[in-house]
Amino acid sequence: MKLTEHAQKLGRWLDATGPSSDVVLSTRVRLARNLKEVPFTHRAREEQLAMVYSSVLSAVRKTPALVSSAALPMRDLTPLDRQFLVERHLISNDLADNGRLRGLLVVSDESLSAMVNEEDHLRLQSLASGFQLRSAWEAVNSIDDELGQDLDYAFNEDLGYLTACPTNVGTGMRASVLIHLPSLVLTKQIGRVLQGISQVGLAVRGFYGEGSQIMGNFFQISNQTTLGQSEKEIVEGLERVTRQIIDYEQRARDELLKDARVQIEDKIWRAYGTLRHSRAISSQEVVNLSSAVRFGVALSISGLASVQTLNELLIRTQPAHVQLAAGREMDQRERNVIRAELVRKLLEDNAANAVHPN
Amino acid sequence: MQCQLCGKRPAVVHFTEIVNNKKSEVHVCEKCAEERGYHTPLIKSKFSVGDLLAGMVDQTGSTEETKVGRVQCPRCHMVYSAFKESGRLGCSECYTTFRAQLRPLLRRIHGSTKHEGKSPVRDSARVALRREIQKLHEDMQKAIEQEEFEAAARLRDQIRMIEEQSDQKTGEGSR
Repeated sequence: MKLTEHAQKLGRWLDATGPSSDVVLSTRVRLARNLKEVPFTHRAREEQLAMVYSSVLSAVRKTPALVSSAALPMRDLTPLDRQFLVERHLISNDLADNGRLRGLLVVSDESLSAMVNEEDHLRLQSLASGFQLRSAWEAVNSIDDELGQDLDYAFNEDLGYLTACPTNVGTGMRASVLIHLPSLVLTKQIGRVLQGISQVGLAVRGFYGEGSQIMGNFFQISNQTTLGQSEKEIVEGLERVTRQIIDYEQRARDELLKDARVQIEDKIWRAYGTLRHSRAISSQEVVNLSSAVRFGVALSISGLASVQTLNELLIRTQPAHVQLAAGREMDQRERNVIRAELVRKLLEDNAANAVHPN
Repeated sequence: MQCQLCGKRPAVVHFTEIVNNKKSEVHVCEKCAEERGYHTPLIKSKFSVGDLLAGMVDQTGSTEETKVGRVQCPRCHMVYSAFKESGRLGCSECYTTFRAQLRPLLRRIHGSTKHEGKSPVRDSARVALRREIQKLHEDMQKAIEQEEFEAAARLRDQIRMIEEQSDQKTGEGSR
C-alpha cells in the first residue's frame, strides 16, 4: 500500500452506505490479544517483539480475509505517514510514537486491521460504515478465530483473554460507535445524555478515541467493561443504548425545528457557504462547519452535500492527509490554503454530480 | 532498566549496597546476580509465590502492603508495586501470581471477576467450515459473473445446507 495513493481515497467504512449513516459515522470493534509465551509488549525484549511480529504475520498469511493485507512496520514510516494512519483511525498515538518493533496490518478497504506490539501484542480491529455493530463484531470475531488456530493466545478460563492492562481483561473487546449529535448539543441536553450513558456502564470519548477531544459534535460511545459479559451481550447493550440516543437526537431535532427552523437553516447554509468559498481554512474549522452541514443533511435539506462527501471532507482535510496528498510537508499557513482548495473542489464536484447524476 | 553489569538483560534484582560507608544502588539481572553470588532469596529458593500470597491475604495493615509490593512474578519478575505504578502487568503469568490482589481490583473495574465471553477456537472444524463456505461464495460469485445461473443456484443451495448444519452443531456460537 502506498500511503500517498491512499491519501486520495477513502476506506469503505467512510462510504456512508451503512445503516443510519446520517447520525452514526462509523462502527468499530477491537479485540486485544496476547501470546501466552511472551511478556506483554512493555516488558518484552526486542527479539521477543520480533518473534511476535513474525508469528502474527505468518498467521495472517493463512487467514483468507487478511491474506492480501499490507504490512507496515512503524520503523519504516516517516512521522507524517504515522500521523496519517492515526488520522485514518488505523493506529493509536501510542503505536505511532514508539520506535520499537511495531506495525500495522491492514486490508485495502481498511475494514479489517491489526496493530502489532501496541500495549497488547495484537489489537484486531474491524471498522464498518454507519451503525452496524453486529456485522463489525462478526467480522473481527471470524479473523480472531482464524488467527487463534496458529497463535497461542494468553487465556484463562476464569479471566478470559489476558491483557497488559486489567481494564481490558476478559473479552478484550472494545466496541464503539462514532455518533453525531448536534441537536442534543444545541438544546443543551447532551450533558444529561452523557451522564446517563456513563451510568449504564458505557464510556464517552472524543473523535479519535481514548484521550481525545470532543469536536464537531462527534462522540465515541463504547463499552467500559470487558469482564462479566459475553461479547454478544456487550454488542447488544451498546446497540440498545445507541438506538435510544439516536431517538433522543431525533426528538431534540424536532423540537429545534418547531421553535427555530429559519435560524437553524440560516446557520447551516452559512456554514455551507463558508466551506464552499473560503480561501484559507483550518482543519478545526472544517470539522465544525461540516458538522453544521451534516446536520442539514440529517434534516433533509436538499442541495447541500452527500454524507459521503462530508465524510470525505472530514478525513481528507486533516493535516497529514493534506500533506501526503500534496507529496510534501507544509507549514500551517500553506496547509490552510491547500485545504480550502480541496474543500471547494469536493463540494463543487458534489454539486455537479447532484445536478447531472451520471 | 538494563542490568548494570552485563548491560544486556533487564535488571530484576535491586538492592542498596554499602561499601566503606558509601551507599550505592545496584540493579542487576538474574544471571549476573547469581554469578556474583548476591543473595537473592526470591529467585533461588523454589517456594511458591501463591503460597506466600495465601498467607498474606488475611493479614491487614501496612506490613501487608509492603510485603505484597515485593511479591514477584516467577516468569517475568515483575513486582506488584511496579504494577501499582504503571497499571500494566508484565506477562500472562502475572494474573496467576497476583490473583489475590487483582480480584478486588477487577471487581471494582468490571463489577465481575468471571469471564463470560468466547474461548480461543482450537477446534479447527469450525474454521475449516467457514473457509469452505467462503470458497463456495467466491465460486458462486464467479458463476454469476459468467452468467452460469444454474451452477450458481446449486452453489447457493450447497452453502445453505452447510450453514444450516453448522448452526445446529455449534448452536449460538459463543460458548
